[in-house]
This record gives sequence, C-alpha cells and structure tokens, in this order.
Amino acid sequence: MYAVRNWLIGGVLMMALIAAPAAGRAGNTPDSINLDSLGQLYENVKFNHQKHITLVKDCAECHHHTTGTLVQDKNCVRCHKNSGATAVVACRGCHAAQTFTAAALREKNRNDYHMDKLSLKGAYHQGCMGCHSKSGGPTGCQDCHALKKTGEAFYNAGENAPKHAGNTGKHGGH
Amino acid sequence: MKRRDFLKACMICGAATTLGVSKKAWGAGSFEGYPEGMGVLVDLTRCVGCRSCEAACNKEQKLPEPDAPFNDQSVFEEKRRPTEKAYTVVNRYETKKEDGAAGGPVYRKIQCNHCNEPACLTSCFVNAYTKTKEGAVIYNPKICVGCRNCMIACPFNVPGYSYSSAFNPVVKKCIFCYDTRLKNGRPPACVEICPQEVLTFGHRKDLLKIGHERIRETPDRYVDHIYGEREVGGTSWLYLSGAPFEQVGFDTTMGNEPIISNVKEFLGTVPMVLAIWPALFTGFHLLANRKQEHGEQGHDHAKKEDGKQ
Repeated sequence: MYAVRNWLIGGVLMMALIAAPAAGRAGNTPDSINLDSLGQLYENVKFNHQKHITLVKDCAECHHHTTGTLVQDKNCVRCHKNSGATAVVACRGCHAAQTFTAAALREKNRNDYHMDKLSLKGAYHQGCMGCHSKSGGPTGCQDCHALKKTGEAFYNAGENAPKHAGNTGKHGGH
Repeated sequence: MKRRDFLKACMICGAATTLGVSKKAWGAGSFEGYPEGMGVLVDLTRCVGCRSCEAACNKEQKLPEPDAPFNDQSVFEEKRRPTEKAYTVVNRYETKKEDGAAGGPVYRKIQCNHCNEPACLTSCFVNAYTKTKEGAVIYNPKICVGCRNCMIACPFNVPGYSYSSAFNPVVKKCIFCYDTRLKNGRPPACVEICPQEVLTFGHRKDLLKIGHERIRETPDRYVDHIYGEREVGGTSWLYLSGAPFEQVGFDTTMGNEPIISNVKEFLGTVPMVLAIWPALFTGFHLLANRKQEHGEQGHDHAKKEDGKQ
C-alpha cells in the first residue's frame, strides 16, 4: 500500500518536472468527495477519492485526458494527443448536471464530436458501475445510495411497500 | 340507349373519381415524422435493471400503487407488458453469444414507441389519438369509447386497458409525459431519473446521428442497427442493443412499412364503393326492369346492339 503510494508521489513529482500545471493541481487532489446531487431521494455518497487513487493508480481511467496524461483510446487520440491538463479536472468540469433541458438542447452544437456527452449523473454511474462490475466493486443501488424517507416513498419501498402484496420491500435492489 | 349511356358515364365518372382519390391517398408516401419531433434513444447496453424509470413513471402519471416495490428485482422472473397500472416496464432477457456461451442478462425498457405513423391512431374510429408535433402519440380518454381497436392494431402490443373500471373502461398508455413535460420542452420523467443515462432525450434526427456514431465508435459493443429508425415507418423511441434484437424481445419481422400501408389500398376503395355502387346498382335495377317491361323485344334489341359493336 505505502509502496504504491510512494510510487505515486514519485510519479507526480516526475510529472511536475515535465508539466508544472498538472503538479500544481495534484496538490489539491481531494481525499474524499461528498456527492449530494441526488439528495432528493438518497443520502449523500461519500466518495473515497484517496482509496480509488490507490486502487486504480491511473488517473486517466476516470479522468480521461483532463489530467494531462497520455491518451490511449483511439477515438480520443484523434484530437487529444497533445492536449494538456484542463483547468477543472473534476467530473463536473465537463459533465453538466442537466443535459436534456430545452435550453441545453438549443445550445447543443450538432457538429460537435462531443454532442453525445453524458450528464454528470450518467458519467458517475457509467464510470463507477462499469469499473465495479469488472473489478468486483459494489454494484447494487443501495450499496452506495441509502434511501431517504422520500426515496422510500418514491420506490414504494420500506415502510411504503405495498401492503397487500405481502412483499417486505427488500432493500437489496440493484 | 339512353340508359346504357348513363351507365357508361357512371362507370367512367366513378373510375375517374376513384383514381383521383387513390392518387391522393397513395401519393402521401412515407411520413418521416415532424422535423422538430423529439425522441428517446434507449441504449440497452447501459441498462442495469434498477427500475427507477418505472417508479418515476408511476409518480409522474399518478398511477396506482404497484404490486411490488420498485426496487424489487423478483419481477424480472416473468416477462411483463405495459398495463393500465404501469405505462412502462423493464424486462430481463438472458442472451447467448454466437458461440453459444451465455451473454449475460440484458434489460429492456418497454413503453409506447410513439410511431411516426401510429397504427393506433389509424385504427381509432372516434379519432381519440393525436400525433403531436413534438412527436408524442397522445389520446383523449374523454373521447375513447373503449373499443380496443388500437390494442389490436399496435404492432408493439403497447396500449393497456382499464379492465378494473366497470363503467367507463378506456385505453391507457405512455403519452411521453406530454401534458406535464414534453410540451414544455422537458424530457419525460423516466429519462430524467435514469441513473445510467440509458435514455437519451433529444430531437429524433439528432438521436439517429448519435446512435450511428456510437455504433461507429464502438462497433464491438453494438449490433449495427437502430431499432425504430425504419421499423413500421419509424418510431420516436429508438433502441440500440449489444445482443441480437430478436434475443431481447423485439419483433424483427415487421418490415419498414407503416401499418397504415396495409389498409390504405382497401380504404381507398371505400369512397369508390360509396360513389359508384348506388349508381351502378340503380342502373342494373333499371336495366333488369326494362327487360321485364319490354320482354323478348328488349332482349333482341340488346342483341342487335352487341352485334354492331
């Protein structure tokens, strides 16, 4: 564990020599991120960023080209071969919360390659679930999202489970 | 002679009318949907079967309490279809790869596909259905007489029926959240809740572009086909799949002609029947009576006429 961390710090220092801006941000890397955008129905998700850095090692696994690392995906290489680190590395820097509103659809550039860009929620879920299902991480809805009272009402679960069906409304859902 | 001329004129007139009518009806060609029509691209490779769309639909459309909680996965043990209590349902399909190995479960959301040329609309004799410019196929329950013609006509087996209502049973189906969302430019409730962004909302023509681009970019992930691009004349809801479409519950035998094309020809003859038959049979009746009145003489007269021709 520590060896990996040391290696990582070493890597970051190496990168600092090559690309100073990237190193500047590396110092601001959050250890934990509180995800609250689905707060209407669910308790907040405390994302352990530090743990994922240790496990995944390669920032580009989640952050694509935004950390300034070498791009591998042949679809991305076409444009991002030489693009450096972006100003905002966090997911929300590129993935907007609302992508299907009338305003968002009006502003959509139909000639843009990224016309099909995921919303923030889609990016989180596809990123997390895609990796978790391969690496054995948690994939059930409630492994990450504990239902609030409002959420239970929404899903007719828990106390709000249909009475007549004799179903307990198990929380193990996906 | 005069009667014969009258008859001939009737025939010519009738034929001309029929041709005129049919030219108009058949000349309509295929309707590609309204230019600004909206749609939803459903990417089955992304769905994890969380059933959030079902819950969102239930709340948005104020539908009755479900039989089981919306986070209960046991419902996947059987194949469901939309009903009066659920305008959308998710089913699970076990797929097979080409080599026969299990391809893993694929989840498929079912709802009204909002056809460009809806068969339900065509079949409705009280005109309860409307295809809006936004692409939604909506219906007026106050006009619906509950005949269930649309249930038979729908190629996707979508409309449900309020069997629970003893006195005023009507057809019930997904309306693309038209009243509460779509007409104000907002995406339907199921799209908004979907965590995996299985559902992409946008202009139908953009969604087709997006769909083809996903296939082009990651050809290993998808079957090279967008279901609904052309099926039965095209639908507002479009599907991408990683498994062959027939393995995940799609009817791939329907062809690309709108359902109305099957009946257009027949319906074209209806005005002809109405316009010509009364005159034709009146003519026959008069002719038959003339023979009776004139007896053998009339018959001979007709024979001579034939001989001349």
